[in-house]
Amino acid sequence: MSTIELETGTRGGSPAPAAPPTLSPKSGSRAVRDNLARIVMWGAFVIGVIPLVWILVSTILKGGSMLLESQWWTNSQAGITNRRVGGGAVHAIQGTLIHAAVTTVLSVPVGVMTAVYLVEYGRGRLARAVSFMVDILTGIPSIVAALFVYALWVTTFGFQRVAFAVCLALVLLMIPTIVRSTEEMLKLVPNELREASYALGVPKWKTIFKVVLPTAFSGIVTGVLLGVARVMGETAPLLVLGPYTQVIVTDLFATNMATLPTMINQSRSENLQPALDRVWGAALTLILLVFLLNLLGRFIGRFSKVKG
Amino acid sequence: MSTSITGRSAVDELPGPDGRSPLAGDRAGTGRLGDRLFGGAATASGLLVIALVTLVGVFLVAQAIPALQANQANFLTSREWATAGTSPRFGIVDLLWATVVTSVIAMAIAVPLGVAIALFITQYAPTWLSRPAAATIDLLAAVPSIVFGFWGLTIAGQYFEPVAGVIDAALGWIPFFAESEGGPSAKSTLAFAGVILAIMVLPIVTAISREVFAQVPTAHKEGALALGATQWEMIRTAVLPFGKPGVISAAMLGLGRALGETLAVTILLSALNDGAPFSSSIFNGGATFASKIALGIQEANTATSTGALIAAGLVLFVLTFVVNAIARVVIERRKAFSE
Amino acid sequence: MKTLRLGQLASIALVGSIALAGCGSDNNAGTGATAGSGSSGSAAAADCFDGTLNAEGSSAQKNAFEEAAASYTAACSGATVNYNPTGSGAGIKQMLAGQVDFAGSDSALKTEEKDGVVESDAAAQVCGSPAWNLPMVTGPIAIAYNVGGVDSLTLTPTVAADIFNGKITTWNDPKIAAVNSGVTLPATAIKVFFRSDESGTTENFTKYLAAASDGGWTAEPGKKWTGKGEGKEKSSGVAEGVKSTDGGITYVEWSYAKDNDLGVAKIDNGGGAVELTGETVGKAVEAAQPDGEGNDLRLKLDYATKEAGAYPILLVTYEIVCSKNKDAEKGKNIKSFLKHFASADVQKSLEDIGYAPLPASVQSKVETAIEALS
Repeated sequence: MSTIELETGTRGGSPAPAAPPTLSPKSGSRAVRDNLARIVMWGAFVIGVIPLVWILVSTILKGGSMLLESQWWTNSQAGITNRRVGGGAVHAIQGTLIHAAVTTVLSVPVGVMTAVYLVEYGRGRLARAVSFMVDILTGIPSIVAALFVYALWVTTFGFQRVAFAVCLALVLLMIPTIVRSTEEMLKLVPNELREASYALGVPKWKTIFKVVLPTAFSGIVTGVLLGVARVMGETAPLLVLGPYTQVIVTDLFATNMATLPTMINQSRSENLQPALDRVWGAALTLILLVFLLNLLGRFIGRFSKVKG
Repeated sequence: MSTSITGRSAVDELPGPDGRSPLAGDRAGTGRLGDRLFGGAATASGLLVIALVTLVGVFLVAQAIPALQANQANFLTSREWATAGTSPRFGIVDLLWATVVTSVIAMAIAVPLGVAIALFITQYAPTWLSRPAAATIDLLAAVPSIVFGFWGLTIAGQYFEPVAGVIDAALGWIPFFAESEGGPSAKSTLAFAGVILAIMVLPIVTAISREVFAQVPTAHKEGALALGATQWEMIRTAVLPFGKPGVISAAMLGLGRALGETLAVTILLSALNDGAPFSSSIFNGGATFASKIALGIQEANTATSTGALIAAGLVLFVLTFVVNAIARVVIERRKAFSE
Repeated sequence: MKTLRLGQLASIALVGSIALAGCGSDNNAGTGATAGSGSSGSAAAADCFDGTLNAEGSSAQKNAFEEAAASYTAACSGATVNYNPTGSGAGIKQMLAGQVDFAGSDSALKTEEKDGVVESDAAAQVCGSPAWNLPMVTGPIAIAYNVGGVDSLTLTPTVAADIFNGKITTWNDPKIAAVNSGVTLPATAIKVFFRSDESGTTENFTKYLAAASDGGWTAEPGKKWTGKGEGKEKSSGVAEGVKSTDGGITYVEWSYAKDNDLGVAKIDNGGGAVELTGETVGKAVEAAQPDGEGNDLRLKLDYATKEAGAYPILLVTYEIVCSKNKDAEKGKNIKSFLKHFASADVQKSLEDIGYAPLPASVQSKVETAIEALS
């Protein structure tokens, strides 16, 4: 049996060979272990994929028929109770998109600029503090974020529970995702690009604005879309701050606005077929929306890739 | 395209020539107006993040303190939760136990499985399989948690009964795994909530691990193979060590989700009645911090009952934070050793 | 410029969602085919309004409210009536915080101080006028069970208290057998399910147990369950729990028991076993004593009633409204909707979905009160 030295300290107990390794055919326990690993990986894949595919398939089977009805995409649930069929999800789709859009518009500038600060400007204690705070923000459970906004928005300021308040809670959840992914992307921008720009006498802010950010653009978009996907499925803040409605509401400061998660939550409350159909229909719609967003992200990524 | 939402990447591991991180605060900034404005805006964003977190913390503490002062029981050691009336008694022991147990189960399943799936996709799977598999798993990372909960309750739950029976038969002599007589049905237990949480965080762990493994420099892998390593040896010696920090962050992100998950757990878990004896079994009901808050917040009408729930939220916040901090320390230490 | 793309993208998304807003329709007229037993009361609402009403509160009246809102908006296409079924306490809390136009609650506003607040005084302060409790829907609470082979079950309050206390643990317990002669009871273990969220249903049910069980139930009635068992989230949760567990029993609104095909126990308060029907509930509501001044219509239920043919476990859910709304327009809108809700047609239609119509005597009082709203 041949032994090989690959990296120090990572292979327990195998003595370093004095002679160069001989490329004898794999044999004995090494081959067995390799095959075993291969089987374990395949097995893990199969075991792990079963529930994931199962949940996807049950959503499609149970919710698919709803999506094929044209009124699903054109009508709201106005006047439809849990025991009646009919109506659509357009009110909830719109609500979800509006929440996502507003949350994105609020989070992206703060998130991207914080990442720029951390990568390009941040030094010393303040940078470490910001990084640390982003970590804490990553760990805020969504229900705690919602409690905070409720305490601030309703208890302290005495405002109504409106869609905008939900967005504020979602911003808290989205900022850390954007900061972290953007940070990552900015770090991947080769320093040579920056140095070349500086050498040409371009000021730092212009370098970042015109060289660094465009180079990292596709990655930033992907990160943002990941964040959007996450907040679109958040339910807990909506339970605390965003009452459901069956009709189309597009006013950010109106008191009730439907979203897909709250539509799911409302419909699951009874064991009635029309309502259950809507649970799965809304779930599938949400998954589909996220899927489309991912496609969009990939498209933008390909479109705007900076060569080099 | 490689993206990580963990804040850890290969770049973190590669120090610049002076041993510092390569990009932190070069001094190219000049005193020009544009620079001052842009740099100022960046710094302001950073400060805003600090302000936000501080504000969250202050608000939570401010609302929790009066309730904690009114509390007649020990907040850290009591198992009661009776917040109505003039002498509220509440404590977090049961909540902490349920939260930790479900999350540990979730991690015990999701991390090895997620890493194995990520390895499979990046190292073993034929191309026709790896791309759709990766896309499907990414898609599932976006399934809202309420759907996982509902799916667990209405579809998957019934199949857990025999699984629970097998676990009980094999390991029932350990109290942790013993099914209790007259306990809740298997799909309402901490064990099944943990399983659902595992399925929920599995796509997250897999997606991030996959990205990290995909970033392993080809030279490392080819080097190992060229030395005659089998594929498994190559993975063990080149891929895993390289990806370890990323995997740890992935696990932490998943754990953060599991600890704070609200709806899936609320839908599934059976609550215990008042005065139920403590049971160390995973085949028992309970309530996690998040599910307790979700169940109680709507009917919390007094400053005390709201404050008690917010205090629970604060503990959850601290718990999540401590876990993150530990992960950070582990990663940093590893980094120090690898240099 | 590439850096601007992100902004563009966001604005495209925003414009896109607003554009989509143009094509959606709230008009579901003619599509509301009725499934199952539900039916809508024909709307006789003459005075429609344009706008939105928001109410929040008890989940026990959610189904009734939704039916009434559906038939109202079918007749009044410009109106939207939202109901957020978060719970009675939440409804009152949100009304006091000025978040909703009126609240739905399983119990009338409390007139004595609790936790430093007198609810009715606080509501009057928010309204600028006395707040009225209008009984609107009577929902019987069913003791729902799922025991293989048992189609008919009778319970007395003492036996029920012992079951929910955990003192009786198997279905063939002699105490149960004693009140169920002729029924073969299996030896299955009893699994009690309770509401893990705080709930007005729990409060009313424990009030019943405390009042009728002759000391069999000693705990203070409240929104938080104090008996034994396994907690499930909301009415849907306990109903699902019983449905999927042989030997399960719970207390739940009648509509949930019906929708899940659960067995419903007959109750024997001492005047003979009473089956749960619209009629037996109506009889019990009829016997309820008004306990309020003028148009503030509280109902005092006699849980321990021994009257034959009256189903005693009731929950009267109220709409809690300001008698004089600060916003006169709003007051008119509330009045218009509640008038529809209280109308005999709508009340009658609720029977199909597990509620009992208000008895005529109470209904006329409610209508008088609604007329006096402004």
